[in-house]
Amino acid sequence: MAQMTMIQAITDALKTEMKNDENVLVFGEDVGNNGGVFRATEGLQKEFGEDRVFDTPLAESGIGGLAIGLALQGYRPVPEIQFFGFVFEVMDSISGQMARMRYRSGGTLTSPVTIRSPFGGGVHTPEMHADSLEGLMTSQPGLKVVIPSTPYDAKGLLISAIRDNDPVIFLEHMKLYRSFRQEVPEEEYTIPLGKADVKREGTDLSIITYGAMVQESMKAAEELEKDGHSVEVVDLRTVQPLDIEAIIASVEKTNRAIVVQEAQKQAGIAASVVAEINDRAILSLEAPVLRVTAPDSVFPFSQAEQVWLPNAKDIVETANKVLNF
Amino acid sequence: MAAKKNQQFDPVETLNAIEEKFEMVQVLNEEGEIVNKDYDPNLSDEQLEELMKRMVYTRILDQRSISLNRQGRLGFYAPTAGQEASQLASHFALEKEDFILPGYRDVPQLIWHGWPLHQAFLFSRGHFKGNQMAEGLNILPPQIIIGAQFIQAAGVALGMQKRKKDAVAVTYTGDGGSSQGDFYEGINFAGAFRAPAIFVVQNNQFAISTPRELQTSAKTIAQKAVSAGIPGVLVDGMDPLAVYAVTRDARERAVKGEGPTLIETMCYRYGPHTMAGDDPTRYRTSDIDSEWEKKDPLVRFRKYLEAKGLWNEEKENEVIEKAKEEIKAAIKEADGTPKQKVSDLLGIMYEEVPFNVQEQLDIYKAKESK
Repeated sequence: MAQMTMIQAITDALKTEMKNDENVLVFGEDVGNNGGVFRATEGLQKEFGEDRVFDTPLAESGIGGLAIGLALQGYRPVPEIQFFGFVFEVMDSISGQMARMRYRSGGTLTSPVTIRSPFGGGVHTPEMHADSLEGLMTSQPGLKVVIPSTPYDAKGLLISAIRDNDPVIFLEHMKLYRSFRQEVPEEEYTIPLGKADVKREGTDLSIITYGAMVQESMKAAEELEKDGHSVEVVDLRTVQPLDIEAIIASVEKTNRAIVVQEAQKQAGIAASVVAEINDRAILSLEAPVLRVTAPDSVFPFSQAEQVWLPNAKDIVETANKVLNF
Repeated sequence: MAAKKNQQFDPVETLNAIEEKFEMVQVLNEEGEIVNKDYDPNLSDEQLEELMKRMVYTRILDQRSISLNRQGRLGFYAPTAGQEASQLASHFALEKEDFILPGYRDVPQLIWHGWPLHQAFLFSRGHFKGNQMAEGLNILPPQIIIGAQFIQAAGVALGMQKRKKDAVAVTYTGDGGSSQGDFYEGINFAGAFRAPAIFVVQNNQFAISTPRELQTSAKTIAQKAVSAGIPGVLVDGMDPLAVYAVTRDARERAVKGEGPTLIETMCYRYGPHTMAGDDPTRYRTSDIDSEWEKKDPLVRFRKYLEAKGLWNEEKENEVIEKAKEEIKAAIKEADGTPKQKVSDLLGIMYEEVPFNVQEQLDIYKAKESK
């Protein structure tokens, strides 16, 4: 097994599926010769040729439309949106078109497109690069939304996303790209979409989270352990559809939960998770379910982002409120 | 200090020179006379007759659709009268394997490509069965978002190029659509990839109420092709022979690997924008209406064919009767289609119904069985 960063695991997944299925096409801004601004598509054009890995003109809406059209010709497009803050330019292609293709055609046509895109705070980008916009995507029926937190998950989830016959938004947190390495099998494997993963088992409190907040939650769990609290960390991995069964199973075990997201309180997944727990497990709860989120401003200029982003300390603080309720 | 004039480059002169190049192509004038023999597509007698039949049939379909809508027997409908040459003669230059990405007024092309009439009626009524396209039928349901089909057409065309098909992607929008970002991105992407696409802008002079002059400072829409580095052509959209000829040529270039073409068809819609309350008298005078009615594609084509001995009242009536009968039968078939249910829709949001949707599906199934 090889030690891989998340970006290497992503490249490896793309390579694996391009070998497996000649209908897989990778395209976007600077993904060809340049290998992508983060090198996610490094070496792919050389290996698979310009017919299957190619640069497009600089226009996100056009990239989305291109993907839909190629899918109509039987291809399995994996376009890259260079930064997910640019998604506003391609919203119609995503929400107005590919998410509805199956429904609009009465189940006769599909858009098996996987849109890959970097996002996430803590790396001092200019504006419109770092925003957590997954909430926009999850309010659109017809899409699946995947956010891996580890290199191992990234590879298995990306292969599943590409094979999925519905459109998948695959969001890659920039801070996780090279922050740590992990054992990643070189052979192919899949991780099913819509399935959460218990990253740490515990009995006193469930932290339900995803993306870069998994790492912060793991740190918080270690801190809390020092005070004698056994904390479970549930990594959602797919934020649409939610793995409701896994969430409820964890809450029924621990009877206390907090939900952690990097997105603003008004903009993310946490509210849905809290509502699902209320609907299905209210009688198991010993305390209210609280949220740790960013505040309801736009993503800040980089000088303010360290304070704006939720961190392990914020998680410990909120966890203690729930534990001591 | 007055700006020094650059003697070598005058951007205004360049623009004027480009705009002057876009003259309107016409083959058949309003009197039904060939005025451009060199560009006459020389269709066979059978082809000429078939194209006439389609135009007459479609005019009747439009009239019937409007009255069915008024009776509450059809839903969403965008009238087509006046645009028959633009729609049907461009389609007449296509092959079955060509893929059509229509706007919402482009129901006639879909029907002549093989979309069953009763399905078009189901689409109008807002029933998902209308949009279930038969295997091998190369069309999308009418696009509602103006311009979205242009970028998708670039993708379909690129896919055809990669598959090495001898086929083209053809998409339609109106003069308003040519202001959308997706219009420019679509023609630019297809141009950059030299993809086999034909972009048709049916310039019917008004985007709902907004006149063509307010859409752009460009003298023609066809000249926008220059910005994408692709050929553009302005054609008399009331002239079936000219529309056929320019589309055929665009198709030929596309399948030869010479890239996309932008076609602007100069035409007019006699009716309202849609049947949902638009009142054209608020933005058009009857003088403009009658000026365009003189250019009518059916009138001039009828004159032309009659002079050739290919058309007469009897043939016309035959087509009209056939159209009426088929429309009646299609309405009956649409009436017989079971009403759609919420559970039908929830079941086709994804290939596999997710857990949360399954719960809702069960709730609606239970409601619907009561």
